[in-house]
Amino acid sequence: MSADIKQSPITKNTITIDGQEIPFLAGQTIMDAALAAGVYIPHLCHRQGFTPHGSCKLCVVDIASRSASACTMPAVAGQQISNNTPALNEARKTITQMLFIEGNHICPSCEKCGDCTLQAMAYHLGMLDGHFPQFFQRREVDASHPTVMLDRDRCILCELCVRASREVDGKNVFAIAGRGINAHLVVNSASGKLVDSDLETSDMAAHICPVGAILIKEHGYEVPIGQRTFDLHQVSEIGLEKTILTKVRQPDE
Amino acid sequence: MDSNTANTIGLLRSIIAEAYAESPHLLHVLYALQRQFLHISDEAVREVAAHLDLPLSQVDAVVEFYSFFHKIPRGRYDILFSNCTSCGYMAGGVDLMAMLGRRLDIVAGNTRGDGLVSMDQTSCIGMCDHGAALLVNGMPIVSLDAAMIDRIAALVEAETPLEDWPAEWFQVDDNIRVSGMLLKDDLSTGIGLSTMLALDAAGTLSEIIQSGLRGRGGAGFSTGMKWQFCREAQGAARYVVCNADEGEPGTFKDRVLLHSHADSLFEGMAVCAFAVGAKQGYLYLRGEYRYLLPHLQSVLARRRGLGLLGVDILDQPGFNFDIDIVVGAGAYICGEESALIESLEGKRGIPRTRPPFPVTHGYLGQPTVVNNVETFIAATHIVLRGSAWFRAVGTEKSAGSKILSISGDCAAPGIYEYPFGVTIRQVLDDCGAKDAQAVQIGGPSGTLIGSAEFDRRLGFDDLSTGGSLMVFSQARDMLAVIVNFAHFFAHESCGFCTPCRVGTVLLKNGLDKIAGGHGTRYDLDEMQRLATLVKSRSHCGLGQTAANPILDGLQRFPQAFEQRLVHRDFEPHFDLDAALEEARQISHRDDAAAHIE
Repeated sequence: MSADIKQSPITKNTITIDGQEIPFLAGQTIMDAALAAGVYIPHLCHRQGFTPHGSCKLCVVDIASRSASACTMPAVAGQQISNNTPALNEARKTITQMLFIEGNHICPSCEKCGDCTLQAMAYHLGMLDGHFPQFFQRREVDASHPTVMLDRDRCILCELCVRASREVDGKNVFAIAGRGINAHLVVNSASGKLVDSDLETSDMAAHICPVGAILIKEHGYEVPIGQRTFDLHQVSEIGLEKTILTKVRQPDE
Repeated sequence: MDSNTANTIGLLRSIIAEAYAESPHLLHVLYALQRQFLHISDEAVREVAAHLDLPLSQVDAVVEFYSFFHKIPRGRYDILFSNCTSCGYMAGGVDLMAMLGRRLDIVAGNTRGDGLVSMDQTSCIGMCDHGAALLVNGMPIVSLDAAMIDRIAALVEAETPLEDWPAEWFQVDDNIRVSGMLLKDDLSTGIGLSTMLALDAAGTLSEIIQSGLRGRGGAGFSTGMKWQFCREAQGAARYVVCNADEGEPGTFKDRVLLHSHADSLFEGMAVCAFAVGAKQGYLYLRGEYRYLLPHLQSVLARRRGLGLLGVDILDQPGFNFDIDIVVGAGAYICGEESALIESLEGKRGIPRTRPPFPVTHGYLGQPTVVNNVETFIAATHIVLRGSAWFRAVGTEKSAGSKILSISGDCAAPGIYEYPFGVTIRQVLDDCGAKDAQAVQIGGPSGTLIGSAEFDRRLGFDDLSTGGSLMVFSQARDMLAVIVNFAHFFAHESCGFCTPCRVGTVLLKNGLDKIAGGHGTRYDLDEMQRLATLVKSRSHCGLGQTAANPILDGLQRFPQAFEQRLVHRDFEPHFDLDAALEEARQISHRDDAAAHIE
């Protein structure tokens, strides 16, 4: 994609991120342009090719001095954007801590440990603890499906599974219900259980979860700790999402 | 399927079909079910999804989003006390909700075992000029006191139908104290529309632009420009939406306008429709004002009869426009225009990502004007009297007048209309606020000022307001006020973005800790840091303003916080005594030995 931009003679449009001039195409968001140019803006709920969501707020940047989500804000010629600054990374760290303490995360024993983008983000931002008191919310586990399990304790409400199901799988398995701190993932089936939904193991929605909320059953610890995605890669590597997805969908490879 | 189940499903289906035939909006169908069955069961959700051809998860998500829908049955008398600082259950200094709870042997948030009564608190119900107030089965009872609580308990126990409760309890007055350019005259029906037709659409638009009218919801966007953008936007249809979801605590001016100036409002919507080329309008009415629905429907019916709505309005060929009313179900966030549109579309009220803005991508993705009740009424007056008449009042940047809902510690709470530019001091003098220490301008999401700033002026360039003005006397504990507001925002956050969803709860918990006498200097610094983050990084106006009372309070009333601090460097959040609360409730004990100090 970066090649397209370089070759496009009609596009003189550029934005500036942390002093670096970056080209963009009409219709691109700041995130699109940044990723295409190899500039990392932290993000959890964003995934290239999916409708931008803008809920996790990890991708907050400052345009002049106004806050915006890079994943939803259209790139406009001349934008002066701050991204990798101590103040923004501090805000991102606090937001990551919020995601940790509102849920019930069990990193050391979680199957996703080392493959989890939330955990990798915490390391990336230098987060050493949850900082805030835990909410200890009661959240439902759904183990009804023969091959996929849903542990809402670890859900960060990024809606990647919601979008994957609608936009890639052509289904509508997941949605968010409730309000405020009671917002939670629900399953679109008569019983509200995964087993009664049309989710299949091969669906993108079964594999897209960046944390350990949606896991494939009977495939635990096949890759040893030390060789997992974020043992080998930085979360800030561009294009890593494809690597992760290939790996979780074909763990035997 | 046994015959009981078959009967239940048959009944469900007939209620759904009947409600749907009357109005196809999901919120209305769910309301009919809630009313009939006192809850919305899983079967009901399935039947609604099937009948309206919606995903089950969408129906489920909507039921769980709005405060007035319940998955667990409510009582046959469902009592909701406002918890606002002006019309809340503590407004008179006595906890009326706890009092009723004792009389009826019920704990807030629960339904009594016999199913007779349920009781809970709810966000401001817009009765702030009437003192403490509640909703019983959706009907407001105002000016509550201890004696009334006793009588309410007796009426509930005797299962007296609401029609036989004292009629004066349900009497909601307008309380208009100062009338200005809009409230002074009740326009004769249709006169604005006939004047507009003489101007034609372009002339009307130009009058509105030249008048300098800005949105009365508080944000202050130019109304004329909004209409023009909508008119110029590409779309298969255009819509006019009136935001009558005034949920900001301390605001009740729309209640009065809807009650006594509905004709001017509907006329303003029709003017807008003509100017932008819309055929359909919606009035989104907050669920707390459902009691106004019959009145509003009758005004609409009368206007249809007079040829002021419908086909070829005032015999102008091709001027077709009608208005439907959609009633909300208890969600402050739906006052945010894009969340309101989501709600109109039968979804959870989650604010959309902007851009694109509703003027180009609004209801059903089509160009949509969303304006406040007061804005449409002002537009009607402007069309009739001209932009110069409007500009002559107010200030350079803030033309015209502002209708204020004044409540709190003053002698004459009610509706006051002033030219923009009026000082807070003048307003306080007029409403009889003798010893005000603070005024909350624009409600909790607005600005909290102290007496040193009473010479500041109302206007978009100084103190902007959607209309709420709450007065707090020297006797008020300002920390208690700020705690109340923090609870409000945590309850009303839609939950979409992390900073607001988690941040508003952390702010609430932190303030509770300080107010409970367990806060330290560290906690104050944390409040400041968190509040700044929530304000600057949240997705929409709710999160961006939720921390305002805390930030304003820390700046202007630091002593309210500091006098509660314990003088240690750090105090844990974990409170031993509070942790025993559940055990105390189970064992029905509250004696000294059941507490740890």
